Amino acid sequence: MSTIVMLPDQQTASLPKRSYLNEEYGLKSWLLTGDHKRIAILYLISITIFFFIGGFFAGMIRLELLTPPSDLMAADTYNKMFTMHGIIMVFLFLVPSVPATIGNFLIPIMVGAKDLAFPKVNLLSWYLYVVGGILVLAALTLGGVDTGWTFTTPLSTHYLNTHVITAGLAIFVAGFSSIFTGLNFIVTIHRMRAPGMTWFRLPLFVWSHYAASVLMVLGTPVLAITLVLVILERVIGIGVFDPAKGGDPLLFQHLFWFYSHPAVYIMILPGFGVISEVISTFSRKRVFGYTAVAFSSVAIAVFGFFVWAHHMFIMGVSNYSALVFSLLTMLVAVPSAIKIFNWSFTLYKGSITFETPMLYAFGFMGLFTIGGLTGVFLGSMGMDIHLTETYFIVAHFHFVMVGGMLMAFLAGVHFWWPKMTGRMYPEGISKLAALITFVGFNLTFFPQFILGYLGMPRRYAAYPPEFQALNVLSTAGATVLGVGYVLPLLYLAWSLKYGKIAGSNPWQATGLEWQIQSPPLTENFVETPVIDYEAYDYEWLANKTKHEVQTVG
Amino acid sequence: MDSQAIATHPEHEETAHEHPPFLRHHFATVEQQRETATFGMWLFLLTEIMFFGGMFCAYLIYRNWYYPAFVAGSHQLSIVLGTVNTAVLICSSFTMAMGVHSAETRNRKALITWLLLTIVLGCVFLGIKADEYHEKWEKHHVPGLNFSVHDFVRENPAYPDDKPLPLDMADKTQVYFSLYFAMTGMHALHMIIGVSLLIILVARAWTGAYTEGHVAPIENFGLYWHFVDIVWIFLFPLLYLISRHQ
Repeated sequence: MSTIVMLPDQQTASLPKRSYLNEEYGLKSWLLTGDHKRIAILYLISITIFFFIGGFFAGMIRLELLTPPSDLMAADTYNKMFTMHGIIMVFLFLVPSVPATIGNFLIPIMVGAKDLAFPKVNLLSWYLYVVGGILVLAALTLGGVDTGWTFTTPLSTHYLNTHVITAGLAIFVAGFSSIFTGLNFIVTIHRMRAPGMTWFRLPLFVWSHYAASVLMVLGTPVLAITLVLVILERVIGIGVFDPAKGGDPLLFQHLFWFYSHPAVYIMILPGFGVISEVISTFSRKRVFGYTAVAFSSVAIAVFGFFVWAHHMFIMGVSNYSALVFSLLTMLVAVPSAIKIFNWSFTLYKGSITFETPMLYAFGFMGLFTIGGLTGVFLGSMGMDIHLTETYFIVAHFHFVMVGGMLMAFLAGVHFWWPKMTGRMYPEGISKLAALITFVGFNLTFFPQFILGYLGMPRRYAAYPPEFQALNVLSTAGATVLGVGYVLPLLYLAWSLKYGKIAGSNPWQATGLEWQIQSPPLTENFVETPVIDYEAYDYEWLANKTKHEVQTVG
Repeated sequence: MDSQAIATHPEHEETAHEHPPFLRHHFATVEQQRETATFGMWLFLLTEIMFFGGMFCAYLIYRNWYYPAFVAGSHQLSIVLGTVNTAVLICSSFTMAMGVHSAETRNRKALITWLLLTIVLGCVFLGIKADEYHEKWEKHHVPGLNFSVHDFVRENPAYPDDKPLPLDMADKTQVYFSLYFAMTGMHALHMIIGVSLLIILVARAWTGAYTEGHVAPIENFGLYWHFVDIVWIFLFPLLYLISRHQ
């Protein structure tokens, strides 16, 4: 059953005198900081910049596809557009999106620690991200890359004269940024928990980040060495993937997808964490089946390592291994469904309120379910051979990544914005933005399922005229979606100065982060917290609030 | 009140002294700090295993496919130099372990000596490796830059029992040498990073940084050094000793 807690009067809230934001001033105090909260803000700013650069390329792609012939740009320019869109969105936005920003800010607070285990490594990881980002921009300004984000050999090693080396190095460097973030999270969650914070008292946000971190730590090094081999092949001509010298391009695919499939779960698992927190808070109920949800994250991480070859069904892997990988792929649907069902049961008989983060969370649940189920289509071999390399697959992973992860990211940013900045975002316009995003998203990507099913291939600048109507719909949707993304940027910036003062716990949430002032102190806690209650215990919160009122009275 | 405050003040000073200067602000105890650092290092080594793992996986596949080419390639390497290098690295692991021991027993001079010895052995290894690379270059065994199948389509004077390879298999020795350079190159890069870190550690040890109870950096660097050593222990038989058992 849900426990109703009255929202506190925000009129009486005031900004705390001391916080991590005003502890020190000046650019240097930010660029040399060891504070996980400041590093989270640095990340938030940099990934937002790259999100809009990547979004610009998406806009150009949709604009080109408005008409059937390749008329706005030449075909090879179009190739560069979708490659830059993919590289920037995957490596510089989606992978660090929730973990490096919201996760960085919250994980130490949620486990009751003063900081991540290795603050300097955390700062280093941001600098590596920036170096990776600058290298991507360098590849871009020097003339771009047109391999697609997958760097397929021998196309990338032999047949292209674009800036593959620069882009490869960029991803190598950015990869280490994600390895260090994951490593820091795992060590922090193991070693820095406050007294009484047992594994099963951790918020599910921490569990899902733990699972994602395992993937980052084990998967990313394989991508790193694969890119090193591609770069060596391009620079000096070694022959590990070169068929002319006896190498096998299929090995590249195995190694690449050994990272890049788990990377999909790196991108989505932290989003699951956000949704668990948001759904629980706005239904005022403990997450249904806490243990199942926690372990489903771990299960996704484990299964995630054994499904990579489903990206390669048409590439000449043996039928038997394809069969095994197909079955394993469908297995991933089980823990994903556990999450969706448990969130639905959390809503059941809850006191649901429809604040903006909750709207995004609803969007997430619907769109992720569609994205996930179409993933099962693609995991079954017969369907995959029909649908792979078509717009169906484009629609599928955009439903998961944009409809899923980006919605979760926006849900998280809105949900914890009061904690990060101490101020509320404007509720009315942000609800409108959530609605616009949802409508725009469906308008953009749903037609692509149909296009793909009808056989429109991905990665071409031109298409037959009979596909135009659906493409026009999709481009129109992209415009709406663009508005949905620019709006939060504007009103969140506005709220930094003019937003209502939030107070420490505007949502009456139970998490440890809501029991401290907003924005938090640099050291997070005045004294080390001792945890004697379960996660999502609204009874505890209600008693605590009552007790506080009594002592004040 | 005031006199009480003054009276309690020295006590506060004393409790503050219980925290050694190297205890970072976000840890509760020295023990926690040390455990955290060691755990982080082990996890980092796990990522390193995955990093090298990609190449070992490629090695496994190609060795099965092109076994004769791998044997012929392996027979072009100098077992003497490889063995000497293996011995050098094992010795350097010993000196490193002694360094950790000296840090634990708070012996500054011994720590510096052992670390310097480790640097010397590391450099000896890299020197021998450079010499081997140079020889490969002269024998035209560098795929891409400077490669010729010449040595593989005729008899190898050092191994009279080996038959010359047919041309298509001789071509595949490029895969062997690609992996040889990629794997030993990545290993050498780790050695170079290790030696650079050692120089920093020696400079800090000079000021007495690690001999007053703060052993963790030396201990964790030792883990890294032993790891790089173990990678070589795998590389040596896989690259130098193919077909030795026959």
